[in-house]
Amino acid sequence: MNIVDRRANPKGKSLGNRRRFIERARAEVKGAVLDALRKRKITDVEGSERVSIPTRGIDEPSFRQSSSGGKRHYIVPGNKEHVVGDEIERPQGGQGRGSEAADSGEGTDGFEFTLSKEEFLDLFFEDLELPDLVKKKLSEAAAPELSRAGYSVSGNPANLNLVRTMRNSMARRLSMKRPKREELQELEQKIESLESEGPEAEHREALERLEKLRRRSRAIPYFDPIDTRYNRFERIPKPNVQAVMFCLMDVSGSMTERMKDLAKRFFMLLHIFLARRYKQVDLVFIRHTSTAQEVDEETFFYSRETGGTVVSTALAEMKRIIHERYPLDAWNIYAAQASDGDNFGADSGRCIALLSDILPVCQYFAYIEVSESPDGLGDRRMDKTDLWRSYAEVAPAHPNFAMRRVGDPSHIFPVFHDLFSRGKAPAA
Amino acid sequence: MAAILDAPVLLYDGPEWDFDKLKRVHDAIELIARRELGLDVYPTQIEVITSEQMLDAYASSALPLMYRHWSFGKRFAYNEALYRRGLQGLAYEIVINSNPCLCYIMEENSMTMQTLVIAHAAYGHNHFFKNNYLFQQWTDASGILDYLSFSRDYVLKAEERYGIARVESVLDAAHALMDESVNRYTRRKPLNFADDRKREQERRLHAETTYNDLWRTVPAPEVIRSLEAEEIARIQREQNQRLGLPEENILYFMEKFAPNLEEWERELCRIVRNIAQYFYPQKQTKVINEGCATFVHYEIMNRLHGKGLISDGSMLEFLHSHTSVVFQPDFDDPRYSGINPYALGFAMMEDIKRICLAPTPEDRIFFPQFAGNKDPYGTLRDAWANYRDESFILQFLSPNVIRKHRLFRVFDNAAEPNMLVDAIHDEGGYREIRSALARSYDISRREPDIQIADVDMAGDRTLVLKHFVHDGILLDEKSCQAVLRYVAELWTYTVKLLEVDASTEAVLKKHEVPAQKRRGV
Repeated sequence: MNIVDRRANPKGKSLGNRRRFIERARAEVKGAVLDALRKRKITDVEGSERVSIPTRGIDEPSFRQSSSGGKRHYIVPGNKEHVVGDEIERPQGGQGRGSEAADSGEGTDGFEFTLSKEEFLDLFFEDLELPDLVKKKLSEAAAPELSRAGYSVSGNPANLNLVRTMRNSMARRLSMKRPKREELQELEQKIESLESEGPEAEHREALERLEKLRRRSRAIPYFDPIDTRYNRFERIPKPNVQAVMFCLMDVSGSMTERMKDLAKRFFMLLHIFLARRYKQVDLVFIRHTSTAQEVDEETFFYSRETGGTVVSTALAEMKRIIHERYPLDAWNIYAAQASDGDNFGADSGRCIALLSDILPVCQYFAYIEVSESPDGLGDRRMDKTDLWRSYAEVAPAHPNFAMRRVGDPSHIFPVFHDLFSRGKAPAA
Repeated sequence: MAAILDAPVLLYDGPEWDFDKLKRVHDAIELIARRELGLDVYPTQIEVITSEQMLDAYASSALPLMYRHWSFGKRFAYNEALYRRGLQGLAYEIVINSNPCLCYIMEENSMTMQTLVIAHAAYGHNHFFKNNYLFQQWTDASGILDYLSFSRDYVLKAEERYGIARVESVLDAAHALMDESVNRYTRRKPLNFADDRKREQERRLHAETTYNDLWRTVPAPEVIRSLEAEEIARIQREQNQRLGLPEENILYFMEKFAPNLEEWERELCRIVRNIAQYFYPQKQTKVINEGCATFVHYEIMNRLHGKGLISDGSMLEFLHSHTSVVFQPDFDDPRYSGINPYALGFAMMEDIKRICLAPTPEDRIFFPQFAGNKDPYGTLRDAWANYRDESFILQFLSPNVIRKHRLFRVFDNAAEPNMLVDAIHDEGGYREIRSALARSYDISRREPDIQIADVDMAGDRTLVLKHFVHDGILLDEKSCQAVLRYVAELWTYTVKLLEVDASTEAVLKKHEVPAQKRRGV
């Protein structure tokens, strides 16, 4: 008999099978993922997801007898009152058959399982890509970064690698038989006891031995410069991996909670998306009425302001912040602006001028116009808004500028998907 | 002093287990199993695994190695979801019919559970695997692990060479036909998996050096048209003989005769059908196999307790899980989901023991061969070795067990509005119930009887399958169509399935699927 402990065996033996399964059911799983997202709260978008998919496509059929028709005998336990000749009503679903093939998925409408966060987001962003990443020289700008590169025999004391050094020292001491401290102490004690009562010859011999050991100990140092090892670092140019995302929103009275919620969903998506591509993503929230100010997230989404609407103030604020805090060679800049399209009439010209300054330094600028009616995208019912008209003038010259209208939470993802879909130039 | 020396020492105390305790317990169990119950087992190898590894094992039909396929991932995801939500506990153990016999036990089990599991799997199931005639005839316990690793590597290589999609499409089709791809009746010498690898290479060599004459010898259509009907029938007969028709093993037929499969595709069919064959005995011995293991663990645990080797607390813990294992809900209970094979098997074996030791006059009438023979373990060992579910129930289901479970028979005729109770646990009903229950475990009744009947070699190569219908029970329409599409993928020409009455040969229903294109080809 053998007892083997297999607990330490590599995990995830069936990971390959799982991947194949998800691949197989891709279309269904994806549909379920998008469905799930629509129903979800924005705040837990990043969690894992339990999805339920139809069995179609992942069905494993086999020849089976039909569950109805023909003549059958069932043997069932637990007779209480029946005698021969009793008639029993036929139960729905053939009770006497027992439940066979529970995992074949037959009889259940959906097949439910849990996707990990990674799997979920992978599917979610499957065919999306950051726009214009290579076109911009900004994204290629490389900042050198220190990176570990093994050990060296010389270096700064601050970089001394203690473990390595001690290991070398110990190996050297062992191989050269440097006397241990305990050994010396033991000998000294022995000499002490011999001094008073031991035989003379033995005492002398011990003293000689002690002298020899001490000499050896002095000759072979505890630490030697050849033991020392230092951590070595190299400067490796790293591509720019930080991004800043500007959220611009109109918070004037005309923006309802619902419209803000729509905007928030879009910002949320953009943030998750960027967070997957960049090591670090800074968020800057700029809200505006007739004046603009930078605020924290809480204030941005939940406090209400009154006043007119002058969009250019927000753009000017953004320009100022970029200038002050986000040098172009270190940051990728993204911006998303949400508004209901209202703007102070005379402000349009200034907006266009500011945009023409901002757009060249941005990786991407998305303008989302939210509207109150769930069905209407605005443009069917009325003329285009002021802001839309003025932005539309700028759009053609800048491929990294996109504008869309959103009227319902269910539009958010399609619009987002549309903006970032792979190999598709954004256009108004 | 003598009293202290003689006082038994507990093998373990408390719920925690460690490897020393496992070893001690195993040795004590082995002593009882071999000396007192007379069990004969393969050497055992006990492997401790985590719950995640247990889920892994579930996914691949409890086999330790398996080729990759999405359906295993599906099964894993399904079980994992149930487990995580607490809807389903995991099995305490998994045991594999191999030599040495592998027993997986979970690290979460308490020491009492480990003891139970070792008795149940390492001795109960193990004895059954080694001695039952079906396993001896059909499976090669010492070669299965090697064969699995061969098949995994083969599938992997095929995937590298021909792409995952093409391999997957063959495996999908083969999996759908698994149940119809075992040899049921012909007696063959036991499989030897070790030689299989060699044979695979030889087969390929052989195929390369010879030419399949089969298709060439078929007369041209114009020749056939000019022949008499009698002559055509003769040619057809000869050809069917050459093809070995009728053939019950569908994948075997595909492997040998499908016109457009490549060698590696035939080998995949072969792998799947070999694995199906390996599981075939297990499908036929659920009640007797689980009954054997449950009976053995019950005996062993009682004896351990009787000898004072395990504490009263452990015994109570054991009894708690034992009773839930052999619990049989009544038919009107919401928990009812068919007859529990553990409960039925255990009850029957306990009753056999009783009949051997203290028979009633009724038992002497029903079981004259062994009633009162005072050799319960010998009688049971004989039953374990020589019966499968169907024959075991037919031979050994006693009136006492029927009464205890209050079994009754319901006749369901689709032509009548209601079902009819036509036998209950009384004098007139015992034999009726016994034979009906036995028949319900007969695999040839549980699963549809489907055979390859004919191939239109001279014409459009249509493959004809026949389903022999018993008691008017037809095939499930939807799944039948889906499986036929898979058959057509492998055959690459039209496939027909006729549902014919088993006794009159009257055709009840026809299915037809045109030639299918396989994914990835």
